[in-house]
Amino acid sequence: MVWLFGLLWPLLGIHADGTLSFTRAFNVWFYIFAVTLVIVVVVVLQKQGILDGFGRSLGAGKTGLTAVYARTPQWAWIAAVAVLALVFPMFTGRYEQDVAINVLVYVCLGLGLNIVIGLAGMLDLGYIAFYGVGAYTYALLSVNFQIPFWLSLPVAAFTACIAGCIIGYPTLRMRGDYLAIVTLGFGEIVRIILNNWMELTNGPNGILGIKAPGIFFPSFAEGFSLEHLYLKKLHYLYYVILLLAVFTVIAVRRLNISRIGRAWEAIREDETAAELMGVNTYRLKLLAYAMGAIFAGLAGAFFAARVRFVSPESFTFLESATVLAMVVLGGMASIPGVILGALALIVLPEIFREFELYRMLCLGGAMVMMMVFKPSGFIAAKRLGRRSEEREG
Amino acid sequence: MEFFLQQLINGLTLGGIYALIALGYTMVYGIIQLINFAHGEFFAAGGYMGVILLSFLAGQGYLQTHPWLCLGGAMLLAMVFCAFLAMAVEKVAYMPLRKSTRLAALVSALGMSIFLSNGLMLTQGVYDKPYPAAFSQGGFEFGNIVVSYLQIMIVLITIGLLIFLNILVFKTRIGKAMRATAQDKVMSALVGINSNKIISLTFAIGASLAAAAGIMVGLYYGSVNYTMGFVPGIKAFAAAVLGGIGNITGAMLGGLIIGMVEIFGAGYISGQYKDVFAFIILIAVLYFRPTGIMGENVDDTRV
Repeated sequence: MVWLFGLLWPLLGIHADGTLSFTRAFNVWFYIFAVTLVIVVVVVLQKQGILDGFGRSLGAGKTGLTAVYARTPQWAWIAAVAVLALVFPMFTGRYEQDVAINVLVYVCLGLGLNIVIGLAGMLDLGYIAFYGVGAYTYALLSVNFQIPFWLSLPVAAFTACIAGCIIGYPTLRMRGDYLAIVTLGFGEIVRIILNNWMELTNGPNGILGIKAPGIFFPSFAEGFSLEHLYLKKLHYLYYVILLLAVFTVIAVRRLNISRIGRAWEAIREDETAAELMGVNTYRLKLLAYAMGAIFAGLAGAFFAARVRFVSPESFTFLESATVLAMVVLGGMASIPGVILGALALIVLPEIFREFELYRMLCLGGAMVMMMVFKPSGFIAAKRLGRRSEEREG
Repeated sequence: MEFFLQQLINGLTLGGIYALIALGYTMVYGIIQLINFAHGEFFAAGGYMGVILLSFLAGQGYLQTHPWLCLGGAMLLAMVFCAFLAMAVEKVAYMPLRKSTRLAALVSALGMSIFLSNGLMLTQGVYDKPYPAAFSQGGFEFGNIVVSYLQIMIVLITIGLLIFLNILVFKTRIGKAMRATAQDKVMSALVGINSNKIISLTFAIGASLAAAAGIMVGLYYGSVNYTMGFVPGIKAFAAAVLGGIGNITGAMLGGLIIGMVEIFGAGYISGQYKDVFAFIILIAVLYFRPTGIMGENVDDTRV
């Protein structure tokens, strides 16, 4: 560890004109060094048991909290969160609502990816492609055929699902890491096609003039009629995405505790054993992939409706990596974990605006750290197999 | 015909570069069954190290007087640097995860890749860095076909490195130890091979080859960028898979094929979609012949 930094210090502090200037590199590596040092010190102290006293008091607090949590019925918590989410736009400004919308979009995306990675255990690095497919579907339908948002939503989900099946069909016969690189390749292919198919997608210029979602609002001005309103106001959009996110949470939860969810988890823990137990692994993997794609498609359609502009720039690999990081950091296969991950990865960069440049750097570093120290994430899923827990120790 | 020959030469150059990068993937995969996502970043770091060293030398005036000596020195230094960088990365991000799930190791590798490329961006800026123009002029002309000195140099250096690697892996004790570790870690440890050291060394060799490729790409295209490791990384992985992952000769061959396909695809089919061809080959190979053209039987316990 120490000599990684020994090597990285001088890294690339020389300017093109041949002069030496370390200030910039120094700053960057100093931040990294400081953060790593703190983490390493904490870990070492923990290993030597110096933090035990502290840990005990913390543990006591935690058990107290969990006791309170266990005593209150679950519906109370859900109701509290729901009320909070519902009244949120009434007490906040545009900026907060904007951030909240972003968080909810990523919650949808993260939960969709969670099906693929967390439940079925397949590493999908081209996930953002489905988001793109969903967004472009709505964009094209809206601009070319004036089809309203709510009608396009299922269409977007359907096209994303078809795209998922097309991509999944040849790739899902592979296992693990091959799948990762193939999905990465597919993600790039979709982006390149979006970028180059001028006739359909208008290439890198993107598509403008997408309609916002509309609703029929009863109007009593001249008798009774239904008036069509576009929801351009931010807090209306907030409720739309809240609806989508709640739908996603419920759907993923129902899937998780169903027979299919159990089959997915069996595949994740041991594919060969699952197959022996009579699980049709190929079809279920394809189903997981298509399900993930559907939620990404929904989120994508909303994204297009909200920004009212789509371009291939929004669907790069880094977006895939961000969503992946949310799933991984929050806790694979755990719904509150993924929500927490999305919240953390959207809100934290907003708070630390001045460190904007360091966002992806921290993300990468955090992914490595998380895997090394706590592979199950912040909020571990209840039903992770013994295998993964064993390896955690 | 002339167009064909010209493309053939371009394809050979590009293919050689892909082959060099692919070797790193295939060697690491062969020994610890992990896709080293950060490998493309070693390639980029090599390119940057080259631009830094050469610019420094150009600033001091040595590059103009002894160009080849400077290039050789810079390449050697960059290779050594990347070798150490790779060993450090391996210690930090991969060694603690050797016994954990495959998914955890992959995510860690991906995180390291993002970390390194953004580290490059932060320290070096987002703009392209130009290489000092000392080698880009001149070349042979046969009719309408132009073979630049740079292309000849790239091909020669590639061949040299490949021969060196072959000797290292197949003729020396270290190579024997590497092959033994790749076959069976426990057994090779029992006969006294320090497998941690060997794994570290494999990373170092792979990264130094990638660094050499990075410098050559920088010279060939005239500049480097912090994102340059990503796409060539995937294509080189496609090459490694095409050749049969874990197979060194296969990786060389696969690199050449991918380079040729890309150049000919861009020349005869469509330039815009040139990045797609490599992925299509990758998918087709994985679908029809997952062991690659030279691969041995791979057991399917890759979860």
